[in-house]
Amino acid sequence: MTKTLTTTALGLLAVLGLTGTAVADIKIGASIAATGPAAFLGDPEAKTLEMLVEELNAAGGINGEKVELVLYDDGGDPNKARTFATRLVEDDEVSAIIGGSTTGTTMSILSVAEDAEVPFISLAGAIDIIDPVKPYTFKTPHTDRMACQKIFEDIQKRGLTKVGMISGTDGFGASMQAQCKAVVADYGIEIVADETYDPKDADMTAQLTKIKNTEGVQALVNPGFGQGPSIVTRNYKQLALDLPFYQSHGVASDGFIALAGADAAEGVRLPGTALLVADLLADDDAQKPAVTAYKAAFEAKTGAAVSTFGGYANDAFLILADALRRAGSSEPAAIRDAIEATAGLAGTTGVYTFSATDHLGLDLTAFRMLEIKDGKWTLVE
Amino acid sequence: MSELLQFLFSGITVGAVYALVALGFTIIYNASDVVNFAQGEFVMLGGMITWFAHAQGLPLPLAALIAIAATAALGVAMNKLMIEPARGAPVVSLIIITIGASIFIQGAAQLVFDKQIHSFPAFSGDDPIRIGGATILPQSLWVIGGALVVFLALWLFFTRTLLGRAVLATSNNRLAAQLVGINTNFVMTLSFALSAAIGALAGVLATPITLTAYSVGIGFALKGFAGAMLGGMGNPKGALVGGFLIGLFEAMTAGYLSSQYKDAAAFIVILAVLFFMPQGLFGRKSTDRV
Amino acid sequence: MRLTPKSATLIVLALLVAITPFFFPSGYYYRVGALLFVNGIAVTGIVILTGYAGQISLGHAGFAGIGAYACALAPVHWGLHPALAAVLGAAISAVLAYLVGRPILRLKGYYLGVATLGFGILVSMVLNNERQLTRGPDGIEVADLGLREVLKGWGLNLTNGEFWYFFCGLCLIIGAWLALNLHNSPTGRALRALHGSEVAARTVGVDVARFKLQAFVISAVYASVAGSLLALQNKFITPDVAGFMHSVEMVTMAVLGGVGSVLGAIFGAGILTLLPQVLTVFAEYEQMVLGLVMLLVMIFLREGLLPSILKKFWGKDE
Repeated sequence: MTKTLTTTALGLLAVLGLTGTAVADIKIGASIAATGPAAFLGDPEAKTLEMLVEELNAAGGINGEKVELVLYDDGGDPNKARTFATRLVEDDEVSAIIGGSTTGTTMSILSVAEDAEVPFISLAGAIDIIDPVKPYTFKTPHTDRMACQKIFEDIQKRGLTKVGMISGTDGFGASMQAQCKAVVADYGIEIVADETYDPKDADMTAQLTKIKNTEGVQALVNPGFGQGPSIVTRNYKQLALDLPFYQSHGVASDGFIALAGADAAEGVRLPGTALLVADLLADDDAQKPAVTAYKAAFEAKTGAAVSTFGGYANDAFLILADALRRAGSSEPAAIRDAIEATAGLAGTTGVYTFSATDHLGLDLTAFRMLEIKDGKWTLVE
Repeated sequence: MSELLQFLFSGITVGAVYALVALGFTIIYNASDVVNFAQGEFVMLGGMITWFAHAQGLPLPLAALIAIAATAALGVAMNKLMIEPARGAPVVSLIIITIGASIFIQGAAQLVFDKQIHSFPAFSGDDPIRIGGATILPQSLWVIGGALVVFLALWLFFTRTLLGRAVLATSNNRLAAQLVGINTNFVMTLSFALSAAIGALAGVLATPITLTAYSVGIGFALKGFAGAMLGGMGNPKGALVGGFLIGLFEAMTAGYLSSQYKDAAAFIVILAVLFFMPQGLFGRKSTDRV
Repeated sequence: MRLTPKSATLIVLALLVAITPFFFPSGYYYRVGALLFVNGIAVTGIVILTGYAGQISLGHAGFAGIGAYACALAPVHWGLHPALAAVLGAAISAVLAYLVGRPILRLKGYYLGVATLGFGILVSMVLNNERQLTRGPDGIEVADLGLREVLKGWGLNLTNGEFWYFFCGLCLIIGAWLALNLHNSPTGRALRALHGSEVAARTVGVDVARFKLQAFVISAVYASVAGSLLALQNKFITPDVAGFMHSVEMVTMAVLGGVGSVLGAIFGAGILTLLPQVLTVFAEYEQMVLGLVMLLVMIFLREGLLPSILKKFWGKDE
């Protein structure tokens, strides 16, 4: 019996070992939620990375060296993400890691990357990822706090002071809900109704009716991603809730308009990135070249519309490739220093300038307030 | 008042979806004593196949028919390939077999279709109907009507037709049913086809409201399972009432208590009911055979 | 010399823990090994509940969640040492299992399934929603156990991966030893009797309700300890640990490997822990393969993988 077990175990180990045999000049690792509940974040992210590596190698690689991408699907499970991060660091011996589609998976990868001193660029939103600054961790998306600030800024401009919130109970929704509550007072605004829904819920009219009947509510904010916000938007129309309606950057893709229906989504505002309004950008906009290049390439390659999330992966890869070029080495420490020295790099999300005290490198100006008009994204001046 | 009415509408819309899923559970359970955890995948396939066929340019009714037929065929295949060979396996094994089937179907769906969220147009438009200060979508009426029609049809089938009684007889005592000349294999096949078709129908009717994606099945399965257990497994009346009750509990809790704990309310009610009625609201008493 | 199943199981486990590291090409394999052992502890609990006593739980991840969050929260709020926090988690799990188990263990089959499922969902909902306490769905950091530093002080310098591999391996061997002792005890015999037929067991004077409850409480403690070890090793935990899928995973591992024996269940835990790692090359097909494995094993090797393999090699049931 012992013999059988040991042979089986060894056989399995051999299979495990077979996976990391290809030799490349520069190895980049990624652990992304390409399946699971966060798949619509991870799916475009994974496709973006695969596409960019292919493009880069076709164009001769970095400083003449080919890049190999080792991509794992963590399914959005933090425990799996930690295992894959360990595998990337210990077994695949990558020079840098991109990934962590959700905050939970990011936190898992983060601790492995920091321990092993491997640079890590996260694709998740929470502010805790880069505040306080950790030496090896960077991120490309805006924080959810910034999204709240952008929304409240706009509400303040409209002269409104009382908002109702309806948030998803998933990580994205819950984290943004908390951040919004933390900053709302800075804008002289009060949250008068605070409702939630489960990401799998099919109908939110009960919660919206409660908000509708709340005394004095003047605007509606919906932090969340996935199908929830589309259903909230449809229910908003069903109940004829005639309030200024704000969605989050979590739904910034054409798919949202299609699912919610152009009719229901009319007038919805959200803080989004330049990617969604590529055609509307001024010719001298610093982001225009990066945005149009990514949009054209991704849509040609996959036949699907670009989403903000794929854009985060695009930016992470641009930053890493740029740092690799400047570092001239695939030593993790050198790459880290080069990433931190990134300045004025235009991506789809914004123009990144990192420093020893800022590992996000974006400010509020990179967020653009968008409004849906006639089923299309427009810029709010 | 209009507030209460709105919560009611919300509750019965969602409850009707749960009830349809629960009815699907009931049929298979009646025929084979198997709780089919892949029932939610039938709902998912109903929605996804309809979306896919519609996106290829087929008219919606045809797309829906194809989806229901294809899912029914899959139900039959499931019975032949998984349930029949596993006859007599303990409950835990059967749970794992059907969960395995569910994972397999999900994995296949994400390859055949994609991982994005989809929908298709509502059958009778999106303009809400106003009743007493509250609103309900025409599609909700479709779902509610669907649940009631399926229930009635099943009720007639099980009580008025020979075949339906054959199904019940098979469920009560398989060997005895065989002895009196019932083709129990046919009964099983029929039950799986029916159950899958009802699941797919639920997906077709609900998708314009709930939206669909390859991963939505498990959520439907859990709530439908809970509804079926609340009502008492194996009883169509129980499935209908159980499904609607869970939807109503959720909506009322979200409306009057806390939207954060509305799912908890449903499960607390189930635990409470099972505490006093271990067979659910309408379940039949069972005795151990020794 | 003929080995008893008990000593054979323990020897196999000890050899597995001690010898396989010689074949590890990199530190990552220690991580996979440690995960395997943690899952092994959880499924040993399922063996006691399902294999010995014949009861089903679809909510055991709830106890894993309690064990995990005890390690995250108790050190912060009450200054408890993480090791004591794990003990506290196990105690809370045991008390909760006792309170919940009394009413729901009267239920049978699927009804017990849905009741335990409801319990698991309630726990995971509290962990998700009580943000002020648990920091919500994004998860929370867990304090360092500190044992590795102590060992370093004694001159035993292990990497993080090595430490958790051997520590979890040791915990698994202790857990398996306790479960095997239980199997051979009067309680174990009573449990197996009621598994065969509750009515028959009752007629010969077995207090069925009490023994079922005992099995439920003990298995809850195993799940809780597994949750604690996972949290301490990851130093970060999210409410996913208490999710429905984790409950299903525990039961699947146990039944797949062979829920009738500790070694079988651990074998199942091994297969399902290694499978996703092996399948990364075919990531797209991972779910399909996983589903297929579950189906095929349950249909064709009904007693589970290990008993079926052994039968094939020995030609008879042992």
